[in-house]
Amino acid sequence: MIQLVSFYIFASIVIASAAMVIFARNPVHSVLWLIVAFFNAAGLMVLIGAEFIAMLLVIVYVGAVAVLFLFVVMMLDIDFAELRAGFVKNVPLGLLLAVVLAAELVLGIGAYQAGAVTLGTPEAGSATVSAAVPNIEAVGALLYSKYVFMFETAGLILLVAMVGAIVLTHRKSHGTRGQSISSQVQRRPEDATRNVNQPVGQGIEL
Amino acid sequence: MIGIEHYLVVSSILFVMGVLGIFLNRKNVIIILMAIELILLAVNINLVAFSVFLGDLTGQIFAMFVLTVAAGEAAIGLAILVIYFRGRGTIAVDDVNRMKG
Repeated sequence: MIQLVSFYIFASIVIASAAMVIFARNPVHSVLWLIVAFFNAAGLMVLIGAEFIAMLLVIVYVGAVAVLFLFVVMMLDIDFAELRAGFVKNVPLGLLLAVVLAAELVLGIGAYQAGAVTLGTPEAGSATVSAAVPNIEAVGALLYSKYVFMFETAGLILLVAMVGAIVLTHRKSHGTRGQSISSQVQRRPEDATRNVNQPVGQGIEL
Repeated sequence: MIGIEHYLVVSSILFVMGVLGIFLNRKNVIIILMAIELILLAVNINLVAFSVFLGDLTGQIFAMFVLTVAAGEAAIGLAILVIYFRGRGTIAVDDVNRMKG
């Protein structure tokens, strides 16, 4: 019973906040609604026992992606009222497309419920879930064994994304004094200092 | 009782919301990027729901990879957005014709 209630609460808040993401006038509000949507989607995933993905959603999306969006939205000085011009003009086409897409999805789900199309039986014991093992442990055992190369590839993708983002947005600043490591390392005592045998009564030449 | 159908309906509605967002906010790139995130979230819900339904953890692994790619895509997209705004002073999609495509 409580599962049913919580499912409907999470699901309705996800959908409502997704609608607010689209329709909010201020993009900052859109980002905040996006955070609400991600939290509730994480709730939906906890409900069916996928805790690891749920925590990942909260950490990655809310902690990183949403904050990134928030930074960019606040950093850029954009006239958002001007950007919303033509919103009403696009509504009929957008709604038509959404209705068609939703009808297709409902049709697909109906066809799925009408009876399964047998595509063959899966291999026995390929990656089946055992109830005794916790979700995180099971995911880790699968991730670091069968999917280890894909895991490494995911790391590479993140590295490329990081390098790309830095290269794209980095600006060489003029008028600042930077460090020249090589000239510092190459500097020797004999280049920098000298011994002077100074006679009495004469000025020193520097 | 909650079945796989409930989750499929939720993720379908989220997906449609994302597509609708792209179509309605055709000028604002930031909202379009957020709509893409919504679409990827719908995909993730679908993958996880089927993973639990079929008792096969591969779906959750793939949801993780989708999450990775979504994070990378958001970072790169926002970086492109920032340099585009620096050069042009606007982020309206209609004016994107620098490459004369």
